[in-house]
Amino acid sequence: MSEAKPITPGTEANIVKAAQPALHGRLIIDAIKSAGINYILSVPDLHTSQGLLKPIAGDAELNLIRVCKEDETLGIAAGLMYGPNRPLILIQYTGFLYALNSIRAVAVEHRQPIVLMIGLLSKEPGIAPQESKKYGIRIVEPILDVMGIERCLIETDDDVGLITPAIDHAFANSRPLAILIGGKPA
Amino acid sequence: MSRMNRLALLKILKQHISNEIVVSTYSTATDWSSLSERPLNYYSVGAMGLASSHGLGLALARPERKIIVLDGDGSLLMNLSTLVTIGKVAPRNFLHFVFKNESYEANGGHPIPNKDVDFEGLARSARYKQAETIKDLDSFAARLPLWMKQDGPSFVCLEIEQGPLGRRDYSDIYKAARRDALRQALASGA
Repeated sequence: MSEAKPITPGTEANIVKAAQPALHGRLIIDAIKSAGINYILSVPDLHTSQGLLKPIAGDAELNLIRVCKEDETLGIAAGLMYGPNRPLILIQYTGFLYALNSIRAVAVEHRQPIVLMIGLLSKEPGIAPQESKKYGIRIVEPILDVMGIERCLIETDDDVGLITPAIDHAFANSRPLAILIGGKPA
Repeated sequence: MSRMNRLALLKILKQHISNEIVVSTYSTATDWSSLSERPLNYYSVGAMGLASSHGLGLALARPERKIIVLDGDGSLLMNLSTLVTIGKVAPRNFLHFVFKNESYEANGGHPIPNKDVDFEGLARSARYKQAETIKDLDSFAARLPLWMKQDGPSFVCLEIEQGPLGRRDYSDIYKAARRDALRQALASGA
């Protein structure tokens, strides 16, 4: 398996840029729809609850399936892709940690384009995830790297342009992708 | 009354299968694959418990086909919340069999934490459209045509004996070629 390649390395420039607070959920939703996403599979995440999940729930173009535990989403997503669907899994980083074995099997070992959008709840604004004071957030990117899952980090509106091509790349190459939501969507 | 045998049940099921997608897992997967090699088989292995979640995704992706999930009781217990999700989404083409042998047979035959768990009751309270428990082969054979025909989600708990375990070769049923074969079969309208 090839080594994981961060799409947006945590450079100093990125971190300075990330200190800007504005991240609009509407832009993220537009970006995922531009990538053809039509199903959202989610366990509520306080970080993305207001800015993403609530508007998604009211969006007629997106089918929202609310699940009880995060690893359900891996199976549902894999099954959905046997039809004309592009699902996206919207969870908190704690849910990502919970579901690691299912991600390992269904996304990584089966080489499927499982798209994980992961809210980094309580990450400090403008601080790279691996520099966070929160242990749970610090370990997310290293785990993704070890598992060979490509990732991008969304801190502000300026980063949202990364989303659509990253999803298209994941589906074109049948590889999993993690979109880390560092800023809190409004 | 002696409990049913898994392979005997699957042999009856095989007689009723045509273009359905059959999702199986661990012991049901190895037994089903030994009976029925077909591209419309889907194997849920690698992350125990997810068979019904895969089945739910398939049911939504392929509403024109019946999705038959061959789950284990140990497997279902590892992902019990799936019942609630399926009950809410309520795919009409979803038929969920749970083979209850009261053990984690694929993991050494250890007992499940509570063999008296009422799976039928759990499915019913999760709002499956119908749920029942079957204890003998004649009843299974008699009821099967109805389950195949009626709108779901339907849930059937099958009380079976442990084993005998068939040949175990998860690497064979895990391989990507099987998933590709299913995609090709669906694309060709098989």
